Amino acid sequence: MSILVVADHNHQTLRPATLNAVGAATKLGQPITVLVAGHQAAAVAQAAAVLPGVVKVLHADDARYAHFLAEPLAALIAQLAPGYTHVLAAATAQGKNVMPRAAALCDVALLADITSVVSADTFVRPIYAGNALATVQSSDKIKFITVRMTAFEPVATTGGAAAVETVGATPCAIGTQFISQELSKSERPELTAARVVVSGGRALGSADAFKTVLEPLADKLNAAIGASRAAVDAGYVPNDYQVGQTGKVVAPELYIAIGISGAIQHLAGMKDSKVIVAINKDGDAPIFSVADYGLVGDLFQIVPELVKQLA
Amino acid sequence: MKVLVSIKRVIDYNVKIRIKPDNSGVETQNVKMSMNPFDEIAVEEAVRLKEKGFATETIAVTFGVTQAQETLRTAMAMGIDRAIYVPVETDLQSLTVAKALKKIVEKEQPGLVIMGKQAIDGDSGQAGPMLAGLLGWPQATFASRVEVADGRVRVVREVDGGLETLEAPLPALITTDLRLNEPRYASLPNIMKAKKKPLENLTLADLGVEPEPRLKMLRVDEPAKRQAGIKVPDVATLLDKLRNEAKVIG
Repeated sequence: MSILVVADHNHQTLRPATLNAVGAATKLGQPITVLVAGHQAAAVAQAAAVLPGVVKVLHADDARYAHFLAEPLAALIAQLAPGYTHVLAAATAQGKNVMPRAAALCDVALLADITSVVSADTFVRPIYAGNALATVQSSDKIKFITVRMTAFEPVATTGGAAAVETVGATPCAIGTQFISQELSKSERPELTAARVVVSGGRALGSADAFKTVLEPLADKLNAAIGASRAAVDAGYVPNDYQVGQTGKVVAPELYIAIGISGAIQHLAGMKDSKVIVAINKDGDAPIFSVADYGLVGDLFQIVPELVKQLA
Repeated sequence: MKVLVSIKRVIDYNVKIRIKPDNSGVETQNVKMSMNPFDEIAVEEAVRLKEKGFATETIAVTFGVTQAQETLRTAMAMGIDRAIYVPVETDLQSLTVAKALKKIVEKEQPGLVIMGKQAIDGDSGQAGPMLAGLLGWPQATFASRVEVADGRVRVVREVDGGLETLEAPLPALITTDLRLNEPRYASLPNIMKAKKKPLENLTLADLGVEPEPRLKMLRVDEPAKRQAGIKVPDVATLLDKLRNEAKVIG
């Protein structure tokens, strides 16, 4: 066995999701190699080299990896993959974009979003918005896998001492161009890694209510802010706040659903949270069927009261 | 320029699924089926590209059981010009779908392929990028805005931190995210008209593609049920429970 983990990073630091992916790799076995493909990302290669269990870091540094475009990254991964039995990445937007393409280039299937390792060739993955769990066995020579971050413990960020090896960029003539990005700026913890998530739904009624009602609560709890699809569609918050089957999957210690009815697509993204609190004026809302603690009432009275009593 | 969309017939998103008693899969008999919601968005985008004059012809493809042809009729009722139906007995795996679509793309030579970012049954989200890889085409997944001009496509993508804009030369492949558009309802006259639109049959053998499954579904289980908790009367009780029972806040 020989495992390659594709790092998710921003050229300066490893994203927490990479730690979960290495955690999943550790469940599979050894040795573990981490691929850091980026531009001027030496600091990331160094950070990957000290992850416990990692024996080697492959560092591909080239301007063509500056924006993590799928075409050059998949070409690189596909070129390196034949040296490994397993190629893993976190099921982030990047992993979901690049890994299927790389798998196809190697003529192998992809096991998407696994939540458990049964054996070297058998894995569990959620289907139907997490309403069923499929146990799937792969007969491919190389197993391409994306990993659900919330299902695997992250490894520590120190303790390892891997060698960093430079690898050249793989030629790729496909002319996709990066134009720009608009990233949501936030001082808050990252949604998928936060210990507490405060999530709002359509009942908030406006972008302003997210600011004036939800944010003070998130401040008090040092929480990330999430949202239901309805709230995102209504334009109250940006797309990257969405929790659910097609948004982000979170599993914090505490998830507070405020004014969210609890469609199955939303529950798919948060029902593995340790403790769930629901605040909703409709006592029959499906969110209460998964909530440990439910409070029926007007969120515009309850949430400020909660903030006051937390002070 | 032709625009090709690939669609899948799946269990309707509102249906609560049932796992078969022998744990071999999910019950699809006598269950309401619909077009995968992301594929509806792909169909809508293709139709709009034709309405704006960028597309000359729109084509929908599906792989599925006999009834999947109804889903193609729905796509044509929404405005797709013609359809290709590839009959299969059981669900094809993503890699096979990508290989078969590659053959269809080579035959039809579209300038743009639009697919859903994932099907809500398997939740794999891979046929699109796989097809782009096999074709050696640019890809723009999770699209929330698409603009075509001068032989290029500009796509705004929904990524983890926000939005990203890419531009690629055509031909290219796009997968749709939720906020790309709001799919129209098919009107009755258009439903009638769709019945007369051409629907071509092609087999996997015609395409020279073998199903060759790589992944074997060993069993399907119900996830652990979450116990419903309690309702608390007020904020003070809630905080007391969170502090002293759940111990999740200080």
